[in-house]
Amino acid sequence: MVLPEWLAEPGLNHFLVVSAVLFSLGLLAVISRRNIIMVLMGIELILNSANLNFVAFSRYGLLSLDGHMIALFVIIIAAAEAAVALAIALNIYNQFGSVDVEQISELKE
Amino acid sequence: MDLFAVAFYVFAILIIGSAAIMVFSRNIVHSAFALMFTLAGVAVFYALLYAGFVAVTQLLVYVGGILVLILFGVMLTTRGYFEKVRTRTVNLVPSTIFAAIIGLMLIAVYVTTEWTLMPLEDGEVTLTGLGELLLTDFMLPFQVAGVLLLLCIIGAVLMAARTRHPHPPAGKSSQEGPGGPSYGEGTGRS
Amino acid sequence: MALESLIQLSLIILFLPLAGFLLLIFFGRRLPRQGDWLGTAMVSIAFAASLFILFTKLAVPESVSAGWTWATFGGIPGVGEVNIELGILIDNLSAIMLVVVLLISMLVHFFSMGYLKGDVRYSRYFAYLGLFTFSMLGIVLTHNLLMMYIFWELVGLSSYLLIGHWYEKKSASNAAMKAFIVNRIGDAGMFIGIMIIFVHFSTFSFDAIFGALSAGNLPFESQAWLTAAGILIFCGAIGKSAQFPLHVWLPDAMEGPTPVSALIHAATMVAAGVFMVARLFPLFTADALLVIAYIGAITALLAATIAITQYDIKKVLAWSTISQLGYMVMALGVGAYAAGFMHLVTHAAFKAGLFLGSGAVIFAMHAALHKQHDHDTDAQDIRNMGGLKSRMPVTYWTFLIFTLAISGIPLTSGFLSKDEILAGTLAFSTLNGHWLLPLIAFTVAGMTAFYMFRLLILTFHGKHARPERLPLVNEVPGVMGIPLMVLAALSLFVFYSFNPFGASSGWLFQALERPLSVVPDAVAPATWPVLYEAISRVHTLVMILSIVIAVAGLAFAWLVYQKKSFSADKMAAAMGPIYRGSKNKWYFDEMYEAVFVNGTLALTRISNWFDAHIIDGIVNGAGAVTLGVSRISGWIDNTFIDGLVNFLANFTGAIGMRLRKIQTGNIQTYVVFAVFGFLIITIVLLTL
Repeated sequence: MVLPEWLAEPGLNHFLVVSAVLFSLGLLAVISRRNIIMVLMGIELILNSANLNFVAFSRYGLLSLDGHMIALFVIIIAAAEAAVALAIALNIYNQFGSVDVEQISELKE
Repeated sequence: MDLFAVAFYVFAILIIGSAAIMVFSRNIVHSAFALMFTLAGVAVFYALLYAGFVAVTQLLVYVGGILVLILFGVMLTTRGYFEKVRTRTVNLVPSTIFAAIIGLMLIAVYVTTEWTLMPLEDGEVTLTGLGELLLTDFMLPFQVAGVLLLLCIIGAVLMAARTRHPHPPAGKSSQEGPGGPSYGEGTGRS
Repeated sequence: MALESLIQLSLIILFLPLAGFLLLIFFGRRLPRQGDWLGTAMVSIAFAASLFILFTKLAVPESVSAGWTWATFGGIPGVGEVNIELGILIDNLSAIMLVVVLLISMLVHFFSMGYLKGDVRYSRYFAYLGLFTFSMLGIVLTHNLLMMYIFWELVGLSSYLLIGHWYEKKSASNAAMKAFIVNRIGDAGMFIGIMIIFVHFSTFSFDAIFGALSAGNLPFESQAWLTAAGILIFCGAIGKSAQFPLHVWLPDAMEGPTPVSALIHAATMVAAGVFMVARLFPLFTADALLVIAYIGAITALLAATIAITQYDIKKVLAWSTISQLGYMVMALGVGAYAAGFMHLVTHAAFKAGLFLGSGAVIFAMHAALHKQHDHDTDAQDIRNMGGLKSRMPVTYWTFLIFTLAISGIPLTSGFLSKDEILAGTLAFSTLNGHWLLPLIAFTVAGMTAFYMFRLLILTFHGKHARPERLPLVNEVPGVMGIPLMVLAALSLFVFYSFNPFGASSGWLFQALERPLSVVPDAVAPATWPVLYEAISRVHTLVMILSIVIAVAGLAFAWLVYQKKSFSADKMAAAMGPIYRGSKNKWYFDEMYEAVFVNGTLALTRISNWFDAHIIDGIVNGAGAVTLGVSRISGWIDNTFIDGLVNFLANFTGAIGMRLRKIQTGNIQTYVVFAVFGFLIITIVLLTL
């Protein structure tokens, strides 16, 4: 079977497309899941998709090593964010007895 | 179709498939494990892109660290056994359509843009370059990241270590919640 | 020792007090003894190092400076590249000032250990002392205007913090705010002056500015601009050194702890203004210097007249400080550069001593009143004192030496510097006929002797106001007594000149090389050699006159308050309005209250009235017109307006009801809206 060239040789666009799909899946998790932990996982997906873009651009584009650098910093921030977010989630659980974001609507009114 | 392309498609399918499982699974523990596969797949992608150090960091920090954190979060915020850990999704259909539109938009933008491409070179060892950058151009962000991590540790411990007031059973019992022992001096809410 | 290493040493000196401040502010309460030893040790080490700098520097004539580029702005239209530098300049002036600041600061640290024992914010107090010392050293060591301005403001801040140390007292927090705000007025002027200089020369560095000026490069090609810049920069000194008309804050600042008054409001911070004028001396034109001289003279006279009638021991000293600062400023203004700066140095020693002595008296009075369970009597009022001589011998004898020094009695340091200032003013007037200046100077000298001895006699001699209280008054502990003795020793002539009747041969006078005025000759004051020749011509006459006047003032005080040959009350009654004016500080506070504070209030009332009558009137008039029109129009208008109003209300209500649903309080909904907005923006960008 002979594949067309755009399929046979993955390039920048292929990585970008994967990253776009990852992003939309992450977004879906953030907006549709009611468990706050799931929302957190969705955010991690979105961060990963951004990271993938950075690394892909540093391979194919003009970003050189700076892309790697930024990706590393994103990973660092993500770690910090996960720690704090989970601490917040624990506190929310203790406060409301639930981690369902639909029940946590104190902002209303 | 060379080995690179094969690897790309295999892992692309792995990433997207496990991400989809993560999003749509009703069992949150399954979701967490699916997330692990996604993250590992992304690490492989980094390796394919000659970003060895980022790939290793991804494995260490995400799969080794963040995922464990998330699993702990799951355990600490649910009652009962894992089998019962079901979470709801609401407005699934409109949400999916919305996310799909966003995704398609992104893809459209990516594909139609004329990116400035550099000629591909064989990958070299990035570690020394990264090290130099870290101690020269990225010195300040590096230090700031260190301070940020320290603050996060302190902040997370402070927030998580308050005296627990488990919601059910309601009342004024100072019994410890599912978070384990309390370290605070009762400075929490009252 | 290479001179360059002095720069490193001076940097260490500069940052030691800052390190002390940081450690104390964060960890002070956990350290043993609340960390007072830490701040004291930092300042003591710095003092030892500053002595080393002074001796090294005095041995060589040239000055050292070093600068580091802080920021670079390239490509400014018409200017090119502008470098903002930070840097250190060590010449004789800054080396001497360094020792003065650190010496007083160190002694005040020691004295405070006794004075503030058991205070609620003990460690914070020492931290702020460190911050103040750091900022003051910054002013002394800097080599450019910008850094001087930065540290100038820092000094203002630390002064604010220390005046308000007992901020529970309403009067203390008010005094702190008053000091801060009044200083701000002067600083605004100073900032404008600095900017005039900077806009033209594109540099803040003293050397570069003086160099350009001496090459005949005047700001905007005009002497008037240079004069204006000089006077505006001097505004900063007017604020900080409490010169007329911004002198009102200093007496109020006495609400702070007494050692703080000694350090900041007598010896160092208020001298910063004088130091600044000395540092920038080459910059001032003849006209600017004349303004400076007259401001100084007015201040000296005004403050001296007020000091005569005050009864609060610290207030008398505060007004005498203002008066002496006016003296220094006047000396600089007439060109007696070395004399003015020397008076700063000698005054720092004996005025710090006077304040610490008054602190000791207040401390002892307080303790005695406490034992009597008397909480109503004012421990600072000299009418409640008297006869303390026998109970507090160390304080009395040191206080006597300080008083002799400030009155200008021979064999003291004050005589040396005051004598030179008087000679300078007289010489100046012989050259160009400003006879008012020496007249004021001599009058103030006599008044100083009079009111200082009045203070001494009322406090230490005679009978105590309540004889049964006297045995309860005890001498202060050694940690407070020793600083007094050190300062008393430093108020003797030998430290400044071996000739008790002439300062000009002493090391201090010789070390202060007269900076050549860089202002082109056309605007320079009486050229230096002429002035110095005139000074040496009048010197003997001035010396005799000044001794006679000082002794006369002293003797008069002795007659009035010790011998009671004249009744002070009768004299006060005879003086009538003059006495009342002096007692009430010539109503400056009331004047400012009436003009500025009430002026602002009146302005608000006027705008309020304008709002209530004119604007509302227009609105009401329009309403009336509308009403008339609507009456004429009858039922058509009525129904129309009703319909419209109802429609609007219903419409708004309906929209509100719908919009309310958007605010669900659910985070995820908000996320969707945010992403939706992003989507719209992307689409717009893509289609454009």
